[in-house]
Formats: sequence, C-alpha cells, structure tokens
Amino acid sequence: MNKKDLLREEIIRRSGVNPKKCMKCGKCSGTCPAYEEMEFHPHQFASMIDSGDIEPLIASESVYKCLSCFACVERCPRGVEPAKLIEAVRLSVIREKGANRMTANDVPAMVDEETPQQLLVSAFRKYTK
Amino acid sequence: MQRIGVFVCWCGSNIAGTVDVKAVAEALKSEPGVVYSTDYQYMCSQAGQDLIVQAVKDNNLTGLVICSCSPRMHEATFRKTAATAGLNPYMVEIANIREQCSWVHKEMPIGTEKAIILGKAAVAKVNLNTPLTPGESPVTKRALVIGGGIAGIQTALDIADAGFPVDIVETKPTIGGKMAQLDKTFPTLDCAACILTPKMVDVAQHEKIRIFSYSEVAEVKGFVGNFDVTIKKKARFVDETKCTGCGDCVDKCPMKKNPNEFNMGMDNRPAIYIPFAQAVPKVATIDAGACTMLKKGKCGLCSKVCGAGAIDYTQKDEFISEKYGAIVVATGFNVISMDKFDEYAYNQSKDVITSLEFERLTNAAGPTAGKLLRPSDGKHPHKIVFVQCVGSRCENCAEKGKEYCSKICCMYTAKHAMLTRDKYPDTDVTVFYIDVRTPGKNFDEFYRRAVEEFGVKYVKGMVGKIVPEGEVLKVQASDLINNKQMHIDADLVVLAAAIEPDKSARPLATMLTASMDTNDFFTEAHPKLRPVESPTAGVFLSGACQGPKDIPETVSQAGAAASKVIGLLCKDKLLGNPCIAGSNELMCNGCSSCERVCPYGAITYLDKEFRMPDRTTKIRRVASVNPAVCQGCGACTVACPSGAMDLRGFANDQIMAEVDAICK
Ligand SMILES: Cc1cc2nc3c(=O)[nH]c(=O)nc-3n(C[C@H](O)[C@H](O)[C@H](O)COP(=O)(O)OP(=O)(O)OC[C@H]3O[C@@H](n4cnc5c(N)ncnc54)[C@H](O)[C@@H]3O)c2cc1C
Ligand code: SF4
Ligand code: SF4
Ligand code: SF4
Ligand code: SF4
Repeated sequence: MNKKDLLREEIIRRSGVNPKKCMKCGKCSGTCPAYEEMEFHPHQFASMIDSGDIEPLIASESVYKCLSCFACVERCPRGVEPAKLIEAVRLSVIREKGANRMTANDVPAMVDEETPQQLLVSAFRKYTK
Repeated sequence: MQRIGVFVCWCGSNIAGTVDVKAVAEALKSEPGVVYSTDYQYMCSQAGQDLIVQAVKDNNLTGLVICSCSPRMHEATFRKTAATAGLNPYMVEIANIREQCSWVHKEMPIGTEKAIILGKAAVAKVNLNTPLTPGESPVTKRALVIGGGIAGIQTALDIADAGFPVDIVETKPTIGGKMAQLDKTFPTLDCAACILTPKMVDVAQHEKIRIFSYSEVAEVKGFVGNFDVTIKKKARFVDETKCTGCGDCVDKCPMKKNPNEFNMGMDNRPAIYIPFAQAVPKVATIDAGACTMLKKGKCGLCSKVCGAGAIDYTQKDEFISEKYGAIVVATGFNVISMDKFDEYAYNQSKDVITSLEFERLTNAAGPTAGKLLRPSDGKHPHKIVFVQCVGSRCENCAEKGKEYCSKICCMYTAKHAMLTRDKYPDTDVTVFYIDVRTPGKNFDEFYRRAVEEFGVKYVKGMVGKIVPEGEVLKVQASDLINNKQMHIDADLVVLAAAIEPDKSARPLATMLTASMDTNDFFTEAHPKLRPVESPTAGVFLSGACQGPKDIPETVSQAGAAASKVIGLLCKDKLLGNPCIAGSNELMCNGCSSCERVCPYGAITYLDKEFRMPDRTTKIRRVASVNPAVCQGCGACTVACPSGAMDLRGFANDQIMAEVDAICK
C-alpha cells in the first residue's frame, strides 16, 4: 500500500466510519454551525477522505474549527458520522511529535470570567494528545 | 423396474462446446433402469421431440431423462412430449447440464464428468418417479378489490367491464384515495378531480360493481378460486340506502371542531360529514368519537333535520360473508410522519407543511379555496422553500425514514414549484435537492420547464435545519455546487415527505398469506416477469401498495392486475400443481411444526379415528394439506420431525437417491 492509501485506511479505522456510505447530499454542511469558519466542510471530509485526498485536510485549520457539536452526525441520513472523520484527521495531526494544539501552559491565559471552565477542559482534551 | 430413456442435448455448441455429449450418453447407458441412451443437436426442436416419441414407442420406455438446459426453460416442453408419447408427464426428469454445467466450466473433461454425475442423479430419481395427476377445483366468478384509490377503481372497472362481478372494500367513507386530494397532476397538469371523479361515478353506476365503503376485510379463508371473505361494514350511523347526500345534517351539526382528515387536518369538519362534494358513495358518516348523541345521548339534531330519515344512532358494525375467486390488494400508501424530523420544525410551526398538505392548500375545494395562504396567519407567502427527499433514502431508517427513494416526490415538487410560480409570479421559489430523478415520458422536460420557463431556483444541497423566528422560518442549507452555506428567511416550507405502505397492509398480508418486503410493500411473484401477481395464488397487486408509483404507473398496473384476474375468472376449473405435500397419517404425530412453517397456510389438522393393533380405536390429530393451497415449496417436509410429510415429485427417498448417485 502506498502512503496515501495507508493514511486513508488509518483514518477509516480510527473513526470507525465508512465514507462510502455518503450519498453527497450536503445535509451535514447544511446543518453545520461552524460552516463559515471551516475551509473544508463536513461533506468534503467524507468525500475527500474517501478519495484519499487527506493531506489538504491535515494542513487545514478546519479540524480545529469543528465544534464537535455532532449535529452532522445526528442529521446525516446515511449514518456517515462526519464529525468522527474530522476527529480522526485531527488526531492524525496532534499525535505527531510536538503537534499539540494547546499545552497546559496556554490554559491560564485563557481563563476569564466569561469562559466556562468546562470549555477549557474540553478544548484541552481535544487539542492535545 | 422402470425402462428409462436418456436424451442428451447438444444445445448447438452451448452444451457440446464443453461437454462431450456422446461420452455422457454412453456413460449413462449402464445406469440401473436405463435401456436406451442417445444424443441430438437440439432436443427441444420438433425433430428432437419426434425422436423422443419414437424412442418411447420402440423401446417401451416408462421414464425419461433429458440432459439439457434448465427445467425452467424446457421442462414444460418435455412434459408435453412425454404426454404425446403416451407417458405421464411427471415421468420426465431434466438434468441441467447447461446453466449448471457447460456454462460454468471451461474444460471439456471437467464439464463431461459433471454432466455424467448430474445425469446419474436424474436417472436415480426417475427410477422412483410415479405418475402424478393434478387436482381440480372450481372457480367462484367474482373478484374482491381491497382499497378504493385510483388503483382499486381502475382494476374494478376493468374486471367489471369484462363481465365479472366485483366488490370494492374501502376503509374510508368514500373511494378515491390520495388522488382525490390532489390538485393538478404531473406531467400534463390536468386537474385530478376532473379525471378521477368521472371514474368514481362509473364505479358507482356499474351494475357489476358493489362498493363496501367504510368497511374492512375481517377474515380471509380458502384459496385461489375459492376465497371465503368476511367484510366488516363499520357502523356509520346513517342508512346508506336512504341518505341522499343532501348535506343538511352536515350544516346543522353543532359539533363543528373536528380535524378534517380530507384536508390533512388543516381545517375542521362537523361530527357528521361527507368527505368532499364528489364523494362516492355520497353518504354522510357520523364520527362516533365526536358526536354528543352517540357519546352522551344528547343532541339528535341531524336526525331531526334529515328529510330522508336516514340517521340511525343504533346502527352496529355489520359482518358480511362472500365468496371470491380472486383478490386484488390496492391499499396504497401514506405520507410518513414528520414527528421525528425536529430539524425541520414541522411540529413547531404551522408553516412547515408536507407536500400532501400543499396539495390541499392549492386545491379549489381545500381549506383556503385554492388560495395559497400561510396556515399560521393566512398571509400570502412570498418566499417558499421546498425540501426533497425528506425521510427517503435514509439509511438510519427504522427510527426516522425509509431506505428507498419514494419516486414521486421529485416530480410533484417540480409541479408544486412550477404551479406556484405560474400563479404567483411575485413568489420566490427554491427547491433543495440531492438528485432530481425524473425518468419517465415527458418528465425531465417537465422539470426543466420549471427551471427554465418558470424560474424556479433549484439548489443542489440539503436543508440542514429550520428555525421558526417571529414571522419567518430561518432555513439553513448547503449549496454544494457553489460551495457555500445558504440562509433563507422563508414564509413557507414544503417537505417532500417519504411515502410508506398503509399501516393496515401488514395485518392484511398475514390474512392473505401474501408476502411483503421489509418495508411492508407487497412482493410480486417475480420482479420482472410477474409484477402484478403476489406469490400466493389468486392474490394480485395493484398500485402503490406494491411500491411507490405515480398515477400513470398505477393505472397501467391496475389494468394488468385486472387482466390477470379476468384470465383466472374465465376458467371454470383450476388445474393444480400435483407436486404438493401430503402427510403420512400413520407417522404424523400432530406436532404442528409443518403448520408453523407453511408460508401459504395450506396445512390444517384433522382429528381422525385410527384402529389400533389391539382392535381399539383411537382419535389422533393429524396434518392435512389442502391441495389447492399448497405451492409445493417443501418447507413442511424439512420441518416435520417424524418424516411424515413428503412432497410428491420431490419425495425424500427421491432426493436421497439423487444425493447417493452424486456421491457414489
Ligand atoms: C403530494 C403528492 C402529490 C402527488 N402528485 C401526483 C401527480 O401530480 N401525478 C401523479 O401521477 N401522481 C401523483 N402522486 C401519486 C399518486 O397519489 C399515487 O400514484 C396514487 O394515489 C396511487 O394510488 P393507489 O390507489 O395505489 O393508492 P391510494 O391513493 O393511497 O389509495 C389506496 C386506497 O385504499 C384504501 N385502503 C388502505 N388500506 C385499506 C384496507 N386495509 N382496507 C380497505 N381499504 C384500504 C385507502 O383508504 C385508499 O382509499 C402524488 C402523491 C403525493 C403524496
Ligand atoms: S449528510 Fe451524510 S450523506 Fe449527506 S453529505 Fe453529509 S456525510 Fe454525506
Ligand atoms: S460536529 Fe463539526 S462538522 Fe459536524 S456540524 Fe458540528 S461543527 Fe459542523
Ligand atoms: S423521488 Fe426525488 S425527492 Fe423523492 S426520494 Fe427520490 S430522489 Fe428524493
Ligand atoms: S409444501 Fe410448502 S406450501 Fe405445501 S403444505 Fe408444505 S409448507 Fe405449505
């Protein structure tokens, strides 16, 4: 298997999602609250991962813009679960050496009156290996 | 001992190309019982058949083995040949050395070896064949049509026109089905009522047709040609023979606030009602749940105003028994519930409606007299969003939607969008679609007209959510071609909801022992070659109960079902299939295993007296197979733990002999 196929297999295995089930309806992207922030949208994750076009996704900020609200998972008519694919790509990034998006040191600066503690905890979990 | 003749066919090069036919004929010569063996280029040709007949005469043959194509292809042919030669047609066995041999093997030695083995198995079987004669049963020359939508109407008219009496059982107070609720119909845009109601009148006036409206099928017994059906006429508290349909009662009834089913609950009707002006029969019906006279014994106004004296508060459900030769299922479809589609706010906003509700909103006889007004505030909507595939093509089907494409929604959405733009050019109309599926005569042209001539905006993408906010519906959707998310403030949203079979279809199928698919659509006997027959003999399928269909398809299928029924009712007697099951009463222990597995309900139990060796008599419960109902599937023979059940023509010892011959 070449590198591209390996990466595809890895993402599919990690997410437990079969992107072939996607019928390219776009309901996930129709429902996504973070759409405008994302360069690649949930339906594109399904379709690009399926075709092995994963490098652009890895390089994109989109993996951090997804709110993990799971609206796309809830509403996808085919049970594709796009958010899990996004999660799997994000893990490929942050599992690399030194690729943590956040460190514990970043947290204190973010603490203020407004931001719920829970949010920081989740973000820390999500963006760190 | 049989005297068996073996006839090996070349089928041109189809068989002879990979099977050494001469070697096969030679090898089978020495099998037990074989007294004659030969090969020929085309055994099914006239010359080939003549060769068989001659061989039977010359060699006093009692059984034939034809090594040729699949029995599906030519078993009937060779049975006729046997009959011509004076043999019982069931003394013929086919060894399939084409589909199951020459076509799947590439090497001559392997093909030949397998053909010889298949031939040996057939010889072993014929050695145990016995002559069989099909049973006969009479045919009741009357048909029952269940469901009075356009499918049932058309089938009933076609059967009745051929001279056979037909009864229609319709659960609603009137026939007409969904088509009666539609406004205009694609692809030609003729008004549904204008083309449907004359047919409804034809039904009412046809001397061969009886309508049991507000009725249901309560019980079905019997079999093809001889069904015994009990019909339950639900109490409507109005004497059908007296009511003139004048509607005076409807006007006077004080209990006016009951959701009007015919208008999809978008307005109200009184407790006594006639669904619509052209109802057939045009007879009032009292909704027992809404009438205070029936609930509390107070009121009785309708009875006072009825000049015909038709109101009868004491009416009871009535049960009618009738015999039929054939039954046609035409129970149609319904739109699925939108309750689980929270994202589309159907239950939160009155201005999110289904397409069937839209039909009523635009129908001149509907709640708004045909003016397109918002259900919430009666204002004219200026921005309308249509959403296709709502609940169709859903993989998470069980809880929300259906896995199949509902087939009709692309076309009716194009129709709705086009008609809206035509009548209200100031309205902005957007259709969200995944695919536009418009195969059908003049269908794609129709859809393109909606876009090109009428300016309907088609967006490839799906609506993700709808949030009611003040007067508007905030629609958020994807536009896949332009790679953007769209936000529309709509006044009205129309959901093209998936369709599903009527909920009553499943229990009805059980009563009829007719099979259904996992979606509860009735299954046809063969998806291509027998599309209007159910696998259960004497039960036929018409309309959307068999699968999603538009009106042109429904009507053609309805006519096809009628022609099959006519073909059946024309016969005076039915010849059965002699290859049916029978139980050996001495071995049967009455355990009911066979009854439980029989898909056709062919097995009943009799209490029979048996003389015991000690000269006492004992009553035992034993299985008995109804020869007219049994389809010879053989399920019971494998289920029977005591080996009492056997299938004629495919007896257990015959099958074992074949297996032995193959393994030898
Ligand atoms: C919104 C909408 C728009 C449409 N527009 C068009 C169009 O423009 N052109 C077109 O070609 N097609 C259109 N169709 C499709 C059309 O409605 C169907 O093709 C047609 O109604 C199918 O007829 P049917 O008789 O099989 O089913 P139905 O119309 O559903 O009739 C079935 C009948 O059987 C009765 N019934 C059900 N169960 C029982 C039972 N157990 N016992 C007794 N009676 C029973 C029902 O009460 C009903 O009267 C549209 C459909 C929808 C939903
Ligand atoms: S909603 Fe599901 S099927 Fe539709 S595009 Fe997104 S992932 Fe694919
Ligand atoms: S989980 Fe991510 S991609 Fe899915 S809808 Fe939420 S924000 Fe969008
Ligand atoms: S007919 Fe069209 S709208 Fe209906 S389910 Fe099929 S594709 Fe979707
Ligand atoms: S062979 Fe099949 S149809 Fe006949 S009685 Fe047995 S189970 Fe029923």
